[in-house]
Amino acid sequence: MPDEKKQFETVIGLEVHLQLKTKSKIFCGCKNTFGGEPNTQTCPVCLGLPGSLPVLNRKVLEYAIKTGLALNCKINSFIKFDRKNYYYPDLPKAYQISQYDSPVCYDGFVLVPQEKGEEKKIRLTRAHLEEDAGKLMHDHNANCSLVDYNRTGTPLLEIVTQPDIRSAQEAYDYLQILKLTLQYLDVSDCDMEKGSLRCDANISLRVMGEEKLGVKTELKNMNSFKAVKSALLFEERRQEGILQSGGKITQETRLWDENKQMTFTMRSKEEAHDYRYFPDPDLVPFVIEEKAIKGIAENLPELPFDKCNRIKKEYDLSDYDAWVLVGSLETADFFEACAKLHRNYKSVCNWISGPLLQEANARKTGISGLKIEPKRFVEIVKKSEDGSLSNLGAKDVLKQALCSDKSIEQIISEKGLAQVSDDATLEKIADEVIKANLSVVEQIKSGDEKPLGFLVGQAMKKTQGKANPKKIGEIIKRRL
Amino acid sequence: MISEKDVKYVASLSRIHLNEEEAKPLAKDLEKILNYVAKLQKLDVKQIAPTSHVLPLNNVFREDIVRPSLTQEETLNMTVDKMNGSFKVPKVIE
Ligand SMILES: [Zn+2]
Repeated sequence: MPDEKKQFETVIGLEVHLQLKTKSKIFCGCKNTFGGEPNTQTCPVCLGLPGSLPVLNRKVLEYAIKTGLALNCKINSFIKFDRKNYYYPDLPKAYQISQYDSPVCYDGFVLVPQEKGEEKKIRLTRAHLEEDAGKLMHDHNANCSLVDYNRTGTPLLEIVTQPDIRSAQEAYDYLQILKLTLQYLDVSDCDMEKGSLRCDANISLRVMGEEKLGVKTELKNMNSFKAVKSALLFEERRQEGILQSGGKITQETRLWDENKQMTFTMRSKEEAHDYRYFPDPDLVPFVIEEKAIKGIAENLPELPFDKCNRIKKEYDLSDYDAWVLVGSLETADFFEACAKLHRNYKSVCNWISGPLLQEANARKTGISGLKIEPKRFVEIVKKSEDGSLSNLGAKDVLKQALCSDKSIEQIISEKGLAQVSDDATLEKIADEVIKANLSVVEQIKSGDEKPLGFLVGQAMKKTQGKANPKKIGEIIKRRL
Repeated sequence: MISEKDVKYVASLSRIHLNEEEAKPLAKDLEKILNYVAKLQKLDVKQIAPTSHVLPLNNVFREDIVRPSLTQEETLNMTVDKMNGSFKVPKVIE
């Protein structure tokens, strides 16, 4: 029997919920910050007490438009808010103020960088504003759930893709570039651990070549981009297993279990999806003038793709190098500040993307969290280039510079890290090494060049690693 | 036709418990109401923009300024069941 395994195509759509970092909530003046004592950031509006009236935060709409423009969306000239009705204890009004048929942004796209400088276009259906719900904690001993309403009314922008994503890796790449863009816009902390960026995924499989979408499952409870990828990979395999054996996929919501690395059917007392949306009479509609959109568009910062292309051209760097530098705004800014001081751009780039980012990552801070400014950094780079510091020595000096304000010269002299490059000193050391290892010298003279490294090693040892290894090697060779 | 099943479904969405005796007449009432409203369907409204709000107002904003919230005590005084600074409710997941 021939193997009749079918070829399937994976179809993924993502929904990202983004908390906007305004000072106050979307419809009331409560503080919009994470981590307060439970139920200390609530008021009659966000608790939904009778008689209270929500009023839209001007900044929230501005951030939504700004984000929409950066994601190549069209902006609706007329928007309104609608009530999404459902009962759940984290929703004090029993409805969520959301947008049903007039989202702020629609018809956008995100370009996802691919290998070899190519890009893939992921289309966005819409991005709409809504309020976040409260937070539920489940107490297994007391057999109850506890509700903290601090998060209720936090401004959310829900960004929805078309089912354009074809693999878990592509989903991961989309999230990376989306997050980077949002960070450049400075509209959100984008911190998945704190829940300021959350991602749900829809995934289905269809026989390769078919148009019609298969039955999808919705995946929730992924707490990192890596978890999104793992959940999608798991679900892809699970669905394929069912379909290959002739089974059918049940349309359902499944929760990702990080410990077990599996998805499970969600068992919850939440009602079936029948939200009975209708316009919220408490909020008046909004007319967005072309002029206002233009004003926001003119003030958009340079976005990752543009910055990457400009840096590539302006500093003659590779695609890879440029993407590492634009990987965070502060890294790109730091590089450009250094590039003003030193024109060996490739070397500056290597020192930033290598040792400097390593130190920043080890300390779990960005470059701005390190105690080094472009001037001292460039000094180290220059000294390693002209041979006054060895590669290792320069890294050492960098480490020291990160924890003090001392000048680079001072660090080098205090730690005795200066590389010995002057000929007279090196020649003297070379002679000493040669004299002490005559048998090895004979071996080299007879044509076996391998032990030359041994002699260089001896010279390095003699100088406690301070000799310029390239130079001492040349001198020894010359003297043999 | 509005069936008793429809009535019970709509009631469940609003967490209203109905017994058979209550559901039966409600089905008839609801049907009458829907038939009445259905007259509107016959009107030609192609040229009329949908009304999304009855007030002739738009663009009512507040500025992004933090105002004092209620205290935890004030908030929790509104519930009968509380625990660890939170509202206590029946467990919602299994
Ligand atoms: Zn509030």
